[in-house]
Amino acid sequence: MIVSVLDIQFSYNSHDVLRGVRFRVDPGQCVAVCGTNGAGKSTLLRCLNGLLRPRVGTVFLDGEDVELLGRKEVARRCASVPQQGHGTDLTVFDVVLLGRLPHCRWGPSKEDLVRVERILEEMGLAELAHRPLSALSGGEAQKVILARALAQAPRVLLLDEPTNHLDLKNQLGMMEAIRRVVHREGLAAVTAIHDLNLALRYCDRLLFLKGGRIHGAVEPSEVTPALIRDVYGVDAVIERIHGRWVVIPR
Amino acid sequence: MSKGPAEGFLERSRKKQRFFLSMTVLILLLALFALGFGSYRLPLAKLLSSLLGQSDGVGSVVLWNIRLPRIAAALAVGGGLGLSGLLIQSLLRNPLGSPSTLGISQGAAFGASLAIIAWGGRVLSVTVFAFAGALGATVLIVGLGRLRNLTPEAIILAGVALSSLFGAATVLLQYLADETRLAMAVVWSFGDVARSGWREIAMVAGATAALGLAGASWRWHLNALDTGVESAKTLGVSVERLRWQGLVLAALVSALATAFHGVIAFVGLIAPHAARRLVGADHRFLVPLSGLLGALLLLSADTFSRLILGSGSFPVGVVTSFLGAPLFLYLLVRGRS
Repeated sequence: MIVSVLDIQFSYNSHDVLRGVRFRVDPGQCVAVCGTNGAGKSTLLRCLNGLLRPRVGTVFLDGEDVELLGRKEVARRCASVPQQGHGTDLTVFDVVLLGRLPHCRWGPSKEDLVRVERILEEMGLAELAHRPLSALSGGEAQKVILARALAQAPRVLLLDEPTNHLDLKNQLGMMEAIRRVVHREGLAAVTAIHDLNLALRYCDRLLFLKGGRIHGAVEPSEVTPALIRDVYGVDAVIERIHGRWVVIPR
Repeated sequence: MSKGPAEGFLERSRKKQRFFLSMTVLILLLALFALGFGSYRLPLAKLLSSLLGQSDGVGSVVLWNIRLPRIAAALAVGGGLGLSGLLIQSLLRNPLGSPSTLGISQGAAFGASLAIIAWGGRVLSVTVFAFAGALGATVLIVGLGRLRNLTPEAIILAGVALSSLFGAATVLLQYLADETRLAMAVVWSFGDVARSGWREIAMVAGATAALGLAGASWRWHLNALDTGVESAKTLGVSVERLRWQGLVLAALVSALATAFHGVIAFVGLIAPHAARRLVGADHRFLVPLSGLLGALLLLSADTFSRLILGSGSFPVGVVTSFLGAPLFLYLLVRGRS
């Protein structure tokens, strides 16, 4: 197990956002966190990377309490792909090179430059290396942020709605890239995601948050219309089309 | 065969290093011109012999006691204000941040006025009070920003309010002062690089060098911060600690510059903006270039003030404000188009 979450509780002022949340993520596993707007998906991710401190409970990364690890040590183990942060005028190469920051003492080494070059080539971003991030399309910029996360050489990958604002082709490309790297590198990935069909297609397990609690933790084949109705208040059918589970709202 | 991304990155760095070298040569040439120019002319041969201590008494006195300190002060103060402006803008993620727009210079001016009017302006007390004023303004701005979660625009508005408050407090002090001390305080408030001795110049230069070294060591952290506060934290940057350290150092440099030379506006605002236009958003290049451009701007303004009067000069703070305001408006308009 790489990520282990033990009964965490988190509140904004007096409003409980997470209550008794408990789960684990193993190497090579991609877990989707689903739920309505405001269900606490992004808050959960911020608790996992130590940006927020749960009032009760503990998050373990590689068996160590995330609160006891320094910020730099957390960044060595855990990389995040946030929803925002794509507005800089730094070049694509500079942004991806920032992924090496947690591993550097004074600045990036020659090996860091080579590593970044390899990642850019693997992700099909080499042609864009010297363009400002702010000049790229949403899909390209999101891929760059994923490349930066990979440059961190993490054990855990946290993604906050990685397909937001992307067109259909870029959504599939992004999720494909995430799944490929998670399986190849043996990472533990947790992604907050709204699109249930993408979650069913690319993730190994789905956690449904409702009222601050985990209402269901299931594999794609175990998602039921009753679960969808409970969490979203929407009637839906779940069909298997071309070998894949698909949620179709009525 | 086309170059790979890593080779392109290294080539870009080398190109910018060559640009820095040209900029440094330009500053040295301007400094040489400024050393020779004035009511007492120092042609190149005489200038060099004076520099080497082989000239007559007058040339040596003019060079070592008047021109060289003035030029060294312009370079140290300009470099310091340029670096302070960059650090403030980058740490607060606010393009309008600078010692003068956030009320830091006005805080220092209030502190220095208080020391002059209450204690007659001993160097140590003016410096300590200017630093306390600058630091007070910094703490208020950053504290308000954190407590109320202010937007960058609101932080600038708070800076305007704070500037106004310190300005009113300074006027009140001047109103209550006797004539001699009032005159001292008013003359002090004119931004001028011609009034300090080598000891004061060494203090400003030392603080500027410390800020430059700190900025250079934080270059990657500042780049990370450019992608957003939360993004920087996930890259392992302790954003709050970096902000406090950077802002306190920037306040110290602004306070020393203001304590010894009065309020010099716009250099801290314009130098980082001009640097961004020349080398982009990468702090590996922005940090040194903001310092170099600040030094170039202030030395140019001071030399200009001496050129247009023919003999003598007027305070450089007036020149930076007269030239700085239209230049800044031009940069804004050009940026929009």
